[in-house]
Amino acid sequence: MVGGGGVNDATLASSFDIERIRRDFPILAQTVRGKPLVFLDSGASAQKPRAVIDAMVRCMEERYANVHRGAYFLSEAATEAYEAARGAVARFLNAADPREIVFTTNSTAAINLVAHSWGRGVMQPGQAVLISELEHHANIVPWQLLRDDKGIALRVARVTDSGEIDLDDVAAKLADGKVGLVAMAHMSNVLGTVAPVERIIRMAQAAGAKVLLDGSQAAVHRRVDMQALGADFYVFTGHKLYGPTGIGVLWARLEHQERMPPFLGGGDMISMVTMERSEWAPPPAKFEAGTPPIIEAVGLHAAIDYVSAIGMPAIEAHERQLVDHAMRRLTDIDGLTLLGRAQDRGGVFAFALDNAHPHDLATLLDRAGIAVRAGRHCAEPLHSRFGVEGGTVRASFGLYTTAQEVDFLAEALTKAREFFA
Amino acid sequence: MFDDLRDLYQEVILDHGRKPRNFRRLEDADRVARGDNPMCGDRLELFLKLAPDGSIADAAFQGRGCAISTASASLLTETVKGKSQEAAHALSDQFRTLAMTGACPECGATLADEMERLQPLSGVHEFPSRVKCATLAWHTLNAALDAAPGQIKEASSE
Ligand SMILES: Cc1ncc(COP(=O)(O)O)c(C=O)c1O
Repeated sequence: MVGGGGVNDATLASSFDIERIRRDFPILAQTVRGKPLVFLDSGASAQKPRAVIDAMVRCMEERYANVHRGAYFLSEAATEAYEAARGAVARFLNAADPREIVFTTNSTAAINLVAHSWGRGVMQPGQAVLISELEHHANIVPWQLLRDDKGIALRVARVTDSGEIDLDDVAAKLADGKVGLVAMAHMSNVLGTVAPVERIIRMAQAAGAKVLLDGSQAAVHRRVDMQALGADFYVFTGHKLYGPTGIGVLWARLEHQERMPPFLGGGDMISMVTMERSEWAPPPAKFEAGTPPIIEAVGLHAAIDYVSAIGMPAIEAHERQLVDHAMRRLTDIDGLTLLGRAQDRGGVFAFALDNAHPHDLATLLDRAGIAVRAGRHCAEPLHSRFGVEGGTVRASFGLYTTAQEVDFLAEALTKAREFFA
Repeated sequence: MFDDLRDLYQEVILDHGRKPRNFRRLEDADRVARGDNPMCGDRLELFLKLAPDGSIADAAFQGRGCAISTASASLLTETVKGKSQEAAHALSDQFRTLAMTGACPECGATLADEMERLQPLSGVHEFPSRVKCATLAWHTLNAALDAAPGQIKEASSE
C-alpha cells in the first residue's frame, strides 16, 4: 500500500488530468433534471469508461464463444481473453500466481464461496470467525449461515467512536486461539475507514487465524499487494472498479484452494465425471463451475488496464486531496453529523442533517442533479452502533470526482437545511 | 434551488413531518400493527382504539421515518378517527391510488373531504422511490384492521 502524502501526493495529483479523465466516462456528460450530473454514488457502483464499454462490445462483435470447450478459433480466442483477464487481475493484486485468482460474480459470491468451502470444508465446529461491527452485510450474513449450519461461533470486534476497528477488542477476541478466520473490510463502505490490515493480519497470524479481507472498497482506491500483505483471502467486485457488473474476484492462496472442497458443482470444475463420482479440476477451475462471466472478464481486464494506466498511486493522491477538501466542507455545515472520523480514510462519507431525514435529503439533492444514496448502505449493525437506525446519506467518490462537485454537495446541503428549517 | 420541490413538500407535509399529531402509544389499544420498510429503515407502530360499535374511536402512532412517511401517518390518524372499519379500509385503498397515480378518478363522493385532506401527499406519485414512504402507514392500517385483538400484525410497503 502506498502511504505518504505531502510533496509526493502533490506531484502525483498534478499529473492527474481530471478533465481528460471525465471525458473518458460517457455517462458523466449528461444532465439530470436540467443540471449537470454530480455522481456521488460510486461506492455503490462506479461508472464505466469508454475503454471498458468498447472492450466488451469488441469481445461480442469479434471474439466471442464459450471458453475452455471448443477447439476452434473463436473459442480459443475467447479462452485466451478470459485467461488474460485472470493474468491482469493477478498483476493488479500483485499475486504470486494467476491461479490464485478465482472469478466469481461479485464480492458477495466470493465471500460466500469462502464461507462455504473453507468454512464448511476446512474449519471445525468449536472454532470461531471474527468480523467487525463495520462490515457490509455481504461479510456478515454468510458467516451467520455458517454459524447456524456448522456450530462455528461468530465474534464481532467493536468499532470505536471515531469509526476505527478497536484493536484491543480484536486482541481480546483472538486471545483464546479459537478464531480460525478473521474476515474484515479493508475499507468501510460507510465510514470510509481504512483498516490497519497489516497489523490485523499480524495479530491474526500470531493467534493461528487465517485472514479474509473484503476489498470491495479498498481495491478501488488504493494499490493492494497480495505478496506484501500476507492475507489468505482477498475479495473485490468488478463493478466498483469501473468494470462491468457480474464479475468479482476471489484471491486465495493455492494451498487453501487445494484443501477447499468445491462450492458449486457443474461443468468446467471437474476433471472426470462418471455417474458414481467426479474428480475436481485443479484450482482455480475447481471453483468456477459453469460458463463464467466471459464478456465481463474482458471488461474487468479493460478496467484494470484503465486504472493502471492512470496509476493507483495517482488515483489515491487525487482522492486524498478530495477527502481533505470534503472533510473541510462537510464539517463546516451547521447541523451535520459525520459518521466516523478515522485517521486513515478514503472517499466515502456518511452523514445526517439535524432537521432532514436521509430520504428527504436524497430527494432534494437529486433535484440538484446530485446522486447520493440514503439508507443504511447494507450495514445495519453499523448504523445501530452509531445510533442512527433511520440511516444516513452517503456520498462516495470515484476517480472522476472533482472538488467542485464536493462544493456543489456542500452548498446543496446548506440550502436543504434551510428548506426544512 | 429546491423551489420546484414545494409541490412534494407542501407546508402541510413539513408541518406534520416536524410535529406529527397523535404521536404516542395507545396503552389500551384494541388493534396494533407494525409497519416496516426494510429498504430505508422506516418503521412505525399504529394503535387503534375501537368504540363499542366497532368504529375507530382513537388512532395514534409511534416510530421513525422521513417527512413524507411521518406526515402520512399523522394525517392518517386524523382522518380515520371516527370512521367505521369499512370506511377506513376504503379510504386506505383510495389513498394508495392517489399516492401511486396522483389522482383517484373512481373515488366518488363518500370520502371526498378526507381525500381532500390527504391531497398534499399526492405529489409523491412523481417520485417512484418515495411512494412507499407515503403508503407505509396505510399498509399498516390495513394490517391493524385485520389483526386479531391482542395480536401485533406486521406490514411492509415493499
Ligand atoms: C465493503 C463491501 N463489501 C461487499 C460489497 C458487496 O459487493 P457486491 O454487491 O458487488 O457483491 C460491497 C458493495 O456493495 C461493499 O461496499
